[in-house]
Amino acid sequence: MTASRLATGGSAIDRTRPIRFSFDGATVHGFAGDTIASALLAGDVAVVGRSFKYHRPRGIWGAGVEEPNALIDIGGPRATPNTRATTEPARDGLVARSVNATPSALADRNAFLDRFARFIPAAFYYKTFMWPDWHRFEPRIRAMAGLGKVDADWTSPGTADQINHHCDVLVVGAGPAGLAAARLASGAGLTVTLVDDQQSPGGSLGHRAGEIDGKPAAAWIAETIAALASAGQLILPSTTAFGVYDHNLVGLNQRHPDGRPDTLWRVRPRQIVLATGAIERPLPFANNDLPGIMSADAALAYLRRHAVLVGRRIVVATNNDSAYETAGALAEAGAEVTLVDLRRDGTPNAPANVRLVKRRALASASGRLRVDGVTLDDGTRLDTDCLLISGGWTPTIHLFGQAKGKLAWSEERAAFLPGDPVDGIAVVGAAAGAVALSDVFAGAGTVVASLGQTKAALPRSTGPEATGGILPAWPIPGSKGRIWIDYQNDVTVKDVELAARENFVSVEHLKRYTTLGMATDQGKTSNLPGLALMAGITGRTVPEVGTTTYRPPFTPVPLASFAGARVGELMAPVRRLPLENVHRANGAVFQEYGGWLRPAHYGGSADAERSIADETLRARQSVALFDGSTLGKVEVIGPQAAAFVDFLYYNTMSTLKPGRCRYGFMLSENGVVFDDGVLVRLDEHRFVVSCSSSHVAAVHARLEEWRQDRFGRGAVYIHNATSDMATLTVSGPNARKLLEALDLSLSLDDADLPHMAVGHGTYAGDEVRIARVSFTGDRSYEISIRADRAEPLWTRLRQAGQAFDAVVIGLEALMILRAEKGFIVIGKDTDGTTLPHDLGVDGPRAKRQTEFVGRRSLFTEEASRDNRMQLVGLAVPQGEAPLPTGAHGIKRIDGRLRSQGFVTSSYQSPTLGRPVALGLIERGAARHGETIDIQHLGKISKATITAPCAVDPAGDRLHA
Amino acid sequence: MQIFPCPFCGPRDETEFHFGGDAGNIRPDGADVPIDRWADYLYLRTNPKGTAREIWVHMNCGEFFVMERDTVSHKVLSSAALGGEHAA
Amino acid sequence: MTRRYSALSLFKEGLAGQTGWQPAWRSPEPKPSYDAIVIGGGGHGLATAYYLAKNHNITRVAVLEKGWIGGGNTGRNTTVVRSNYYYPESVELYGLAHRLYEGLAKDLNYNVMLSQRGMVNLCHSTAEMEIGARTVNAMQINGVDAELFSPEDVRRVAPIYNFSPDARFPVFGGIWQGRAGTARHDAVAWGYARAASRLGVDIIQNCEITDFIIEGGRCRGVQTSRGAIRADRIGMAVAGHSSVLAAKAGFRLPINSYALQACVSEPVKPILDTVVLSPGCGVYVSQSDKGEIVIGGGLDRIPSYAQRGNLPTLETVIAGLLEMFPIFGQLKLMRQWAGIVDVVPDSSPIIGESPLPGLFLNCGWGTGGFKAIPAGGTLLAQLLASGKHNDISRPFDLDRFASGRLIDEAAGSGIAH
Repeated sequence: MTASRLATGGSAIDRTRPIRFSFDGATVHGFAGDTIASALLAGDVAVVGRSFKYHRPRGIWGAGVEEPNALIDIGGPRATPNTRATTEPARDGLVARSVNATPSALADRNAFLDRFARFIPAAFYYKTFMWPDWHRFEPRIRAMAGLGKVDADWTSPGTADQINHHCDVLVVGAGPAGLAAARLASGAGLTVTLVDDQQSPGGSLGHRAGEIDGKPAAAWIAETIAALASAGQLILPSTTAFGVYDHNLVGLNQRHPDGRPDTLWRVRPRQIVLATGAIERPLPFANNDLPGIMSADAALAYLRRHAVLVGRRIVVATNNDSAYETAGALAEAGAEVTLVDLRRDGTPNAPANVRLVKRRALASASGRLRVDGVTLDDGTRLDTDCLLISGGWTPTIHLFGQAKGKLAWSEERAAFLPGDPVDGIAVVGAAAGAVALSDVFAGAGTVVASLGQTKAALPRSTGPEATGGILPAWPIPGSKGRIWIDYQNDVTVKDVELAARENFVSVEHLKRYTTLGMATDQGKTSNLPGLALMAGITGRTVPEVGTTTYRPPFTPVPLASFAGARVGELMAPVRRLPLENVHRANGAVFQEYGGWLRPAHYGGSADAERSIADETLRARQSVALFDGSTLGKVEVIGPQAAAFVDFLYYNTMSTLKPGRCRYGFMLSENGVVFDDGVLVRLDEHRFVVSCSSSHVAAVHARLEEWRQDRFGRGAVYIHNATSDMATLTVSGPNARKLLEALDLSLSLDDADLPHMAVGHGTYAGDEVRIARVSFTGDRSYEISIRADRAEPLWTRLRQAGQAFDAVVIGLEALMILRAEKGFIVIGKDTDGTTLPHDLGVDGPRAKRQTEFVGRRSLFTEEASRDNRMQLVGLAVPQGEAPLPTGAHGIKRIDGRLRSQGFVTSSYQSPTLGRPVALGLIERGAARHGETIDIQHLGKISKATITAPCAVDPAGDRLHA
Repeated sequence: MQIFPCPFCGPRDETEFHFGGDAGNIRPDGADVPIDRWADYLYLRTNPKGTAREIWVHMNCGEFFVMERDTVSHKVLSSAALGGEHAA
Repeated sequence: MTRRYSALSLFKEGLAGQTGWQPAWRSPEPKPSYDAIVIGGGGHGLATAYYLAKNHNITRVAVLEKGWIGGGNTGRNTTVVRSNYYYPESVELYGLAHRLYEGLAKDLNYNVMLSQRGMVNLCHSTAEMEIGARTVNAMQINGVDAELFSPEDVRRVAPIYNFSPDARFPVFGGIWQGRAGTARHDAVAWGYARAASRLGVDIIQNCEITDFIIEGGRCRGVQTSRGAIRADRIGMAVAGHSSVLAAKAGFRLPINSYALQACVSEPVKPILDTVVLSPGCGVYVSQSDKGEIVIGGGLDRIPSYAQRGNLPTLETVIAGLLEMFPIFGQLKLMRQWAGIVDVVPDSSPIIGESPLPGLFLNCGWGTGGFKAIPAGGTLLAQLLASGKHNDISRPFDLDRFASGRLIDEAAGSGIAH
């Protein structure tokens, strides 16, 4: 045993609550308050995973979000691959496995790959696997890639909450800077939200020395939190601010100790205060990736928070002052500690019981599955069971960078600091380069002073202050041995040198070519050393090389958090009929049509084809009832309503008499038929646009646009009444007789209500509007009534229909009825190139003298082409099955197969006892009677071009 | 998530708005408009990098308006109703 | 010095510490004049330079790149390569690109990792299946390797899709192209750069165009942040920034620039073999060879030149993704980003001479430029070399907007607009 749990201490753990979980099949003991990493360390588990490429054994490096190595798959209902062991709370019964290792991290069968490392440097795959073909190699390489495993049996534990939140000040990070800023802002009467990614507040104060206002840090943290809570401020622990988006919207991901899915917060603060601290960097030396090599600050955190002593014979290597406290604390806890500082001057005094070696850097570490010794640059070898590294501090300025904040290089700190301020974003504490607590507090004070006058006192640092002395120790070109820069993605000094040699010297090229910083840790420990090395190789300064773009998220965020409740119908809602439940009770089978859920047919799912045929036939023979409530009902009202509809429609509409209806097209400005339907003129200044069900919103928007852009608000008023009213259709030879059985208080006499007329009556005291328009070719009445009063009318219609063998039909039967008549459905029988004259309606194009939408586009070279696709009917040879919808008419040009159009609608017609079809065929209108080849999925058949209308071409049935 | 100022409803989330094209793209009327002029109206766009003057519609209230904004920084500079009677 | 890439050279270099490799491309100072200039060091620009040298023996060529090569949409897309198009004109164009992609690794001596694991466009209703049949038949007639998939076929290639009976977007079938797949996007840029550089092309990075040199009504060169550079033939392939350069040249284009976002999950072991697109969910997705789930969706709905993602579109796309693949609910988002794409009314590219004689366009690829890089390069190179269209590029000339002869693939799918 080398790493161990101390008998006392540990501010984060609760020794009265022991827990057990498994890692790679072995049992691990811990306490409530442990992270998986701290429990593994306490159990002296050195190897926790394997690196991405070389399958090198890897141990725990850090104690927080920066962790590059300790990724684990968590099994069970909360399965999440690639979880960082350093941030995940240990829970009783949890099952954890190392990633990228088979069967276990300790004994990975792909470990042999490391022996071939010299042949597979950065980007090697671009240089080989080309002969005979990449596809020969890819499957095996693919199988090797990836880290964690997706649990195929996983089911969602429920949807993630999403919360929109506003506050005056959002403070990110509850370390000394964040706590001070929050407390001061609260004292200024501002609403404050304080978030921190740790389970408990304090940040570095949780494990580093500090005395504030004469009190121990822990007491000050507790007091500050209590003050914020009593002021009603929101404090969110275990919450990571992962992104700053447009207009300073901040995304937060909140984790819950009780196992609920994480919560996504969208926070809109007036001011963002980033108190995000800094992350300790590694140092470059050979084999610096061995298990047992870890961040010095992390070791201190594990000691003081979890009472874990990470080794017995510890070497601490540093280039800066911050490791001295760690070395001293470990010695005090009973370890034998050697502190190796590469600086000659200006170092702090050696802590008690620590052996200090100055002016020495590490040359290499040794060991196989765990570090067992180090060699200094003078050749001295030191035995060790744990090597702690402090290579300096990288301020956590990701969110500032995401907000397009410019960075400024600081020689003094050997790091990038926030540069010119960004509106609404301030950076304080270690993230802004502050080291001493007094500087941290002063910075927080300055920021809050710019927001308002605070009643809270500025905290005073009354203990010893940290110092920031550092001598940069970047990786040096030409160094011997394998020196890791990016642990997770296995990027070494040699890889960066290779990239430079091959001219990948731009920082973005470096990243992409070597994959430096592209792993799940996003290079939190590796980016700066990597680009500093590139600077050294290319003779540039670090700021000349620059950084890569900071991209969200700061740490990986569950996909489920982004989706939230948008699952199933909440992801893509469907529109529903007022009478849906009535139809369901009648055995309707529903399908989605253009966003609406509508009855496809009745009679249950069994033998749908027969039900549809039966509905179609009975509709022709007697009378059909149909729920047409989806039909658009957009009212156009006002003194210029007639001029308005003239402009919007292809057809002249102003000549329509009140009480009458007219069928017409609306075009887009490119001339394409956008929608078709019936326009009803209720009176001189009032029209109703009956547009296609799926186009209602778009038509409404279009009417509004032209109204506001061209006619003016005073000229017309648009009201979309589609969902106000249900529309129930009665169609068939007995339609009038059926309606006469109801008391509708209006004359159904054909003289009073002829085809294409509209009448007004009442049913059970409610107004009804009855339009004699037909989508079936038979005498039809569309009855519109208040949606909430539709059910009694529907029931009455069905009741009255019994005398006539009335049939309730679904949309499938209706589609057959209209196809038999050659009536088109826009978007099905037309496409995005169809012009009105392609559908045989050339009158307005030839004759209209007034302006209308799309007019000029009807006279382009393309619109005047003589081989345009035109609407036709298509007949098959006797006895053959219906043409497949989507089959193409084909021809050969210079021996090459070409399409000459396609089948848009095709059905077996129960009325005619043979197939009917519509299509768009080149020059089709002039080719009636011609037989063409039709191709569907490679099979060829014949069809004869006909007129679109197959049933009752004279239109007698409309009046029968 | 951007916040756009509707001249009628005030500041609202970007998801409530729909882009309506360049402001000042005047429609030429007539069947004999030169085809290049018509194609210009239908298809050609200024698409500026930086300050843009655009038509937007706030889908919740249905009103179209003119908004000036920066297409790089996404800063909103002004917004006003089409007739200029409201500004936000 | 090791020039040629192969398993053998990699092995030899392995023994020698990988120290013998040469720069993948040279970075010379710009010369005062060239035979041709290509503006834009993305895939299309670099490919144009390569084919100018290779196909037309024009090697005094400069590629001028504002930042670093491959840093625009070439390095920001979701890497899908396919040619499953409806109209013959599109099939010719993207088919050319697809064929060139299939030989690209050997042609460039650079493994672009073309991975033809197939792509399925799902159909979620009877109506979509009818359009699917129309599309597949058109493709088969035009010579594309398209198949109409049944639900069972879809289950075979994407078993983890949400096949539950109450799925919001059930599978009625799909449109399959077996030759479709993905390629390594950066490698395409670098491979072309390396091959072009070896043929003599100068690749000039950090070189921003500040103005055009116009003499006698013709484009004669460019002013740049690195001085004036002259040539009588200038091509531009700058995607989302086309309008900005067009303004400097004195004309407008039928283009709006939008951010198109993409994102990846953390890498996981292989779970999804093919590219799957769901129109209902508004998402297409694949898994990279590195293990990341690569996720793409629709455009951000706000014209923009800011190369960054926003939250609302991301949320919509992720919700769609989880509707397709509920088990991805256990994954985490690792990175999100955006590129600025040049959206044309008919969503087809613009290839041809610009209103400024001597300046030629390759733009308007919108969301789909990556898959077309070899064709875009070939066709712009031919225009620059000869001043004349290839038959394949002719229909994509800027003049189609006045003639009305648009090539709108969405229109072919029955979408009226």
